[in-house]
Amino acid sequence: MSRQTQDSIADDRRSAWMAAAQAGDGAAYQQLLRDCIPVIKSVARRRGVPADRLDDAVQDVLLTIHRARQTYDPRRSFTAWMSVIAERRAIDLMRRTQRQHLREVHAPLEFESHADGTADPAQGVAHAEASGTVASALAGLPARQREAVEHLVLEQRSLDEAAALTRRSKGSLKVNLHRALKALRRRVEPGS
Amino acid sequence: MNTLSDNSSVQEQLIRDLTADLVPVRRLASPGLRALGWLAVVVAAAIALATVANLPALWHRLSGAPDMWLAVLGSAATAVLAAVAAFQLSLPDARRAWALLPLPAALLWIVASGLGCLRTRLAPDTHVADMSEARDCLMFIVGLSVPLSALLIMMLRRACTLQPGLTAAIAGLAAAAAAATLLNFFHPFDAAATDLAVHAVAVALVISANRAFSGRLLAPSFTKH
Repeated sequence: MSRQTQDSIADDRRSAWMAAAQAGDGAAYQQLLRDCIPVIKSVARRRGVPADRLDDAVQDVLLTIHRARQTYDPRRSFTAWMSVIAERRAIDLMRRTQRQHLREVHAPLEFESHADGTADPAQGVAHAEASGTVASALAGLPARQREAVEHLVLEQRSLDEAAALTRRSKGSLKVNLHRALKALRRRVEPGS
Repeated sequence: MNTLSDNSSVQEQLIRDLTADLVPVRRLASPGLRALGWLAVVVAAAIALATVANLPALWHRLSGAPDMWLAVLGSAATAVLAAVAAFQLSLPDARRAWALLPLPAALLWIVASGLGCLRTRLAPDTHVADMSEARDCLMFIVGLSVPLSALLIMMLRRACTLQPGLTAAIAGLAAAAAAATLLNFFHPFDAAATDLAVHAVAVALVISANRAFSGRLLAPSFTKH
């Protein structure tokens, strides 16, 4: 079977899965999204997304497909539709990365060898103790509060992304983060 | 290796989240049909305004100066084509070139309005607008553009544009061109540089405001729904 025929069969299958997903078929939708991942990665790589950001590109595109699924017309090629979305999201991701690079300098050697004028050997021990305290305080939080801190603070996701990943409402995430930070402050601050 | 499997599990978790409790969605109608829906509201507004306008005077004005007809035709065609372009651009896979669709009609509108300024005789039953009358034109175009833009943006939000700024700007052009067309019902003024400049400022204001404020409303939010 020629490559073109295989691509065409795969495209027909994806179009059928998407039409079923539009009708509410979760199983077809799951198969479709899994099937999309290699195509999204290939488009993102072609657009110059570095290897360590490919998974961010995949997540962006999966979320966009989900948000835009009502706009897909099953009479048209699904692969072409998804590839344009993947290209646009890859370009957005590259722009975001470039903006981040303009603001931040990546210089690990300079960072490591930079002499800290205020350095005090005793402080190092204090820092280690403090970070240990934070880690243990974090571990002692209720699951929902810990989840909010992990997604919104440690992994620096947006509220929208965190809400999609955790399946909690944005309001619930905000409340849990607020409570978590309050609890952490109580546990970590000296004298409290 | 750990990171690789972590990433895969995050993707797997995301897929499970997106597909759990999946609800059926209603497929969007074609951009042309959706544009017709918005244009139907504009036509309804035109009919309502026609009931209070002096139609014989309007006919007399337009029949005495062909450039005025061309300008009305240009602004109306700009509204129609810009609405179609905005609905096309609201699709995530739309090409940016759709933004050029209203360009020929906009050129006709600008050129025909400019030609009116070159005419040496006044069109019948008109006078050259003074500054306060020109200000009323600005208020009319901006004031009518607000509800027309709001309706258009609400309709565009049902899709998922990945070019929110451009889509909002073209939606602004559609609303402003429609408002400028409807202004003709109450516009007993001949083409003059100041009046045209005020119209241009009003249209530019509506486009910029749409781009600045509605662009954010059109940017896709990624909450599960």
